[in-house]
Amino acid sequence: MAKFYASTSADNSLAGAGSRAGARGQGFWRDLDWTLLIAGLALTVLGSVLVWSASRADLASPTDPQSYLKRHVINVVVAIGLGYLASRLNYRWLRAYTPIIYGFSFFLLLLPFAPGIGMTVAGARAWIDLPGGLTLQPSEFMKIAVILMMAALLSERKDIETEPSGRDSLLALAAVGLPTAVILVQNDTGTVLILGTVAISIIAVAGVRTRWLVALIGGAVLSILLAIQLGLLKEYQVARLTSFISPDIDTGASAYSANQARIAIGGGGWFGTGLFEGPQTQGKFVPVNESDFIFTVSGEELGFIGSVLLILLLAVLLWRAAMIAWKADDQYGRLVATGVLAWLAFQTFENIGMTLGIMPITGIPLPFISAGGTSMMAVWIAIGLLQTVRLHEVRAGI
Amino acid sequence: MHVSERSNLRLIVLGILIFSLLATLVSRLFYLQVMEVDEYRAAAQNNTVREVVEPAVRGLILDQAGRPLVSNRTSIVVTIDRAELNQQAKSGDAVIARLAGILGTTPASISERLMPCGIEGAPKPPICWNGSTYQAVPVAFDVDPQTALAIMEKRSEFAGVTAKLTAVREYSGPFDVNAAHILGYLGPVTEEQITQQDQSTAYDRLRRTDTIGRSGLENFYDTQLRGKPSVTTLEVDTLGQIINYLDQKPAVSGDYLVLTIDAKLQSVVEKQLVAAVQRAQGQGYPGDSGAAVVVDVRNGQILAMASYPTYDPSIWVGGVTQKQYKSLIKSDSLSSNATQGLFAPGSTYKIVSTAAAGKEGYSLYSNYNCPKQVKLGTQVFRNYESSAYGRISLARALEVSCNTVFYGLAERMWEAAGGSDATRDSADPIADAASMFGFGTPTGIDLPVESAGRIASRAFKVQNWEAKRDTWCANAIAGYPDTRKTNPKLANYYTALDKENCADGFRWREGDALNAAIGQGDTTVTPLQMAMAFSAIANGGTVYEPKLVKAIMGADGTVIERIAPTVKSKLDLPKSTINFLQNTLPGVTTDGSGETPFIGFPLNQIPVASKTGSAQVTGDKISTSWFASYAPANKPRYAIVVMVTQGGTGSKTSGPSVRKIYEALFGINGTTVNPNNSVLVGGAPSKSLPVIRPDGTPVTPKGKMSGVVTATGSN
Repeated sequence: MAKFYASTSADNSLAGAGSRAGARGQGFWRDLDWTLLIAGLALTVLGSVLVWSASRADLASPTDPQSYLKRHVINVVVAIGLGYLASRLNYRWLRAYTPIIYGFSFFLLLLPFAPGIGMTVAGARAWIDLPGGLTLQPSEFMKIAVILMMAALLSERKDIETEPSGRDSLLALAAVGLPTAVILVQNDTGTVLILGTVAISIIAVAGVRTRWLVALIGGAVLSILLAIQLGLLKEYQVARLTSFISPDIDTGASAYSANQARIAIGGGGWFGTGLFEGPQTQGKFVPVNESDFIFTVSGEELGFIGSVLLILLLAVLLWRAAMIAWKADDQYGRLVATGVLAWLAFQTFENIGMTLGIMPITGIPLPFISAGGTSMMAVWIAIGLLQTVRLHEVRAGI
Repeated sequence: MHVSERSNLRLIVLGILIFSLLATLVSRLFYLQVMEVDEYRAAAQNNTVREVVEPAVRGLILDQAGRPLVSNRTSIVVTIDRAELNQQAKSGDAVIARLAGILGTTPASISERLMPCGIEGAPKPPICWNGSTYQAVPVAFDVDPQTALAIMEKRSEFAGVTAKLTAVREYSGPFDVNAAHILGYLGPVTEEQITQQDQSTAYDRLRRTDTIGRSGLENFYDTQLRGKPSVTTLEVDTLGQIINYLDQKPAVSGDYLVLTIDAKLQSVVEKQLVAAVQRAQGQGYPGDSGAAVVVDVRNGQILAMASYPTYDPSIWVGGVTQKQYKSLIKSDSLSSNATQGLFAPGSTYKIVSTAAAGKEGYSLYSNYNCPKQVKLGTQVFRNYESSAYGRISLARALEVSCNTVFYGLAERMWEAAGGSDATRDSADPIADAASMFGFGTPTGIDLPVESAGRIASRAFKVQNWEAKRDTWCANAIAGYPDTRKTNPKLANYYTALDKENCADGFRWREGDALNAAIGQGDTTVTPLQMAMAFSAIANGGTVYEPKLVKAIMGADGTVIERIAPTVKSKLDLPKSTINFLQNTLPGVTTDGSGETPFIGFPLNQIPVASKTGSAQVTGDKISTSWFASYAPANKPRYAIVVMVTQGGTGSKTSGPSVRKIYEALFGINGTTVNPNNSVLVGGAPSKSLPVIRPDGTPVTPKGKMSGVVTATGSN
């Protein structure tokens, strides 16, 4: 296989043509990964429409049926703004401040435990209650911090041909293990699973020895099995995780969600019932269908065609993330992009998979689509970080 | 491998993994949305489409003159909307507690009515709720208006609770008529009836929340009485909020039944049946049950029919309690003795033996020997009170009810059929005559259940033997070892009996034939069958199917169906035989066993044909008292049968009641007959149908003379 530098520089000669002449600002706009940006924007617009459809009949705001949409639009604007700022970050600066970002995120992560501030939603004590009816889910930011921290630790060695040292690897594991433990205590099982897959992906791409990688994956699987066996997970957590296997038999709340979700999606057919016309969606038969179960709205109202389009847009976005990782001119950038790729990919699969009845039901949102401010901000910051890596590799290639 | 190559390879693996996961999502999506779309569309439909059903006003049941026997009244019913209650804190516990306080009941008794049948901890039907989630659950009936007003005024305190007027059945007919066994009652639909519909989707199908006729006419004519419900089909969301109106079907009121029963006569008959029972009890007999039937012999219409003991049909309104139901079962008052009770007919059955003799060609006008007893091997067959009358005519034998004359006739018929050498296919003239009169088969009355009865016959013996042979034979071999330990003599007797039965218990013996001739032995009949048999003699040979309903009318007064008389069978007898019976039976009342109760009755104006019966019952029980009759004997119109079990003789116990009923029917006071005094308006059952006003109320007869009811008349 070709050397790392070789592959990236070959590509940059095409993408970076003429970039030298431009001013910094001009270069920024020209060198952005526009496919990535447009896919993200398209998904966000599509998501807003779906949120509108799911929430307009919501009885929580009888006076203004559009209130939910309005809040969502504000969230989107803020999120895209944060994404822009993230893409403007200085690469070196980012790396230098990673410990501070990590520390601050970890501090935020502990806030839900504070009385009067913490909030429990759907059994997970993972929210911060802010004044003005705003809520914040710090574990979303924690995902970014973990990716940045692990990437920084595992790219300590300047020499790309040297695998990460044992010390750095252990530190990286601690960087993900510490917040994971906290999130586990907060009952946010979905985020734990995402963090786990993200961490394994980063460590794998960092190039640790295969036997260590196999041991890590084996240990992760074993600890999940042990947690279930030893009863460390509460009964309802196990029920949530297993109800997708036979939702017709179980009549509990999570099985109800699984059933209603499948009825909504299954009823959509090729072309769907049309926007605002889905009886399952408009009748609010699927719980939280503006956030975690937003894909059911797409399934019912936009049908197979519309939903495949949605998945294709996500695929395009993931493809761009993968390409940015592939072409990254240093270990740090590659690992950041890999982390973002794994995060968005597994969260997408888990979220859509649970509405289709092939994955356990966990409370995690669909990137770019679900309502929920923190998640929206986090994924747009992730887009910004991908652009940063991309811009760095373009400039390095010049 | 270099670290960078390792990294690249792993990135490629990660990419492949991610894109195959996305491909998995798309194929799963294809499976759900394209392959299984029909199943999930149907499930979505079930989720969102709701029906709101209001049952139609049930049709009235009117007597032959238009008087309502069953009507509807409004009752204030308190209902609870479960969906609304569930939205409140603690599922509305506070509301239930307040409601229990104002209704004077316990919160638990309200809560258990709200629980859907079948869920864990729910009580059994009819207490638990077996209706749909979107139907309000009734928790209290006949609530007083003040309480209802208090509930409706304090909406905030009683959120989800509604007090509204609902139609319930009213069984307080005129003249204190009970008629419980005729009218029947309503009850909730059973699971069986729902499944019988085989998933019908018709809007007027039975629903779990429906009440339907469970017995009597309410059951037999349920479809007509029920009408069609109003059904509004709605599209709702998960909270039950209406999104869309899909369909609306208006209610169609139930049809009215016009009965052949006359309320005033029914009232007289019910009182006279009780009088007969009391007469039996006055003689020191148990008189535990009884029945009385009045039939129009010209068409089989039942003018009155009563059963003792009876019950108050209104206890079913609003749901019977467990205690009430137990007492109904214990008193054995739920089934009608007139149509379901099976009794040995005794001497009333001699009309059958006489008909058989006439058909077989025996002379009906010769003299026969009437000794006080007949011996048959070790068995002795006696006359009642062992009276001997010497040689008498057959007519006289009927008048004085001489058993030995009929034993003689039965013996001759038995010998003629082959005697002890007869096969199972040999002739059986008395049994044939009995089935001709309609015994042994259901009468065909328009009620859901009736008993067929049983004719003692050659065929029955074979059938019985085939059923019991194995037991008999087994016992004969075993020899009653348990009895033998204490009483070897009795064991020997039992063993010998079973040995005989095992070997030739199918044989129609001479003793069987003798018993059959006087309505004893295995023969059982219903009082209604007896009334129809006497009607057949009276009308010259036609056995009608008895009818309780004359016509079905719409709530707007249109005649939907007039129910014509139905002939069940014709008496296949020589004219001379029917004439003989018609000419002889009045003599029973003037000079025979039925004479006593009719002393002083104007028999010269209204001759009465009758036959008494005092049927022996196995065990130490007192005989069954029968009095079967028709009148006027010269121009037959009505047949009356009254019977009381463990009541003593027919003439002493039942006869006086029959007389009283005739007096009421014909308007007899002392010896004067005045049709204007008849309990029947106009002296006879009305030929025309009642008039129903546009508002659905029937025009009832006014005064004694208004036999023909007109639209202008009012009550």
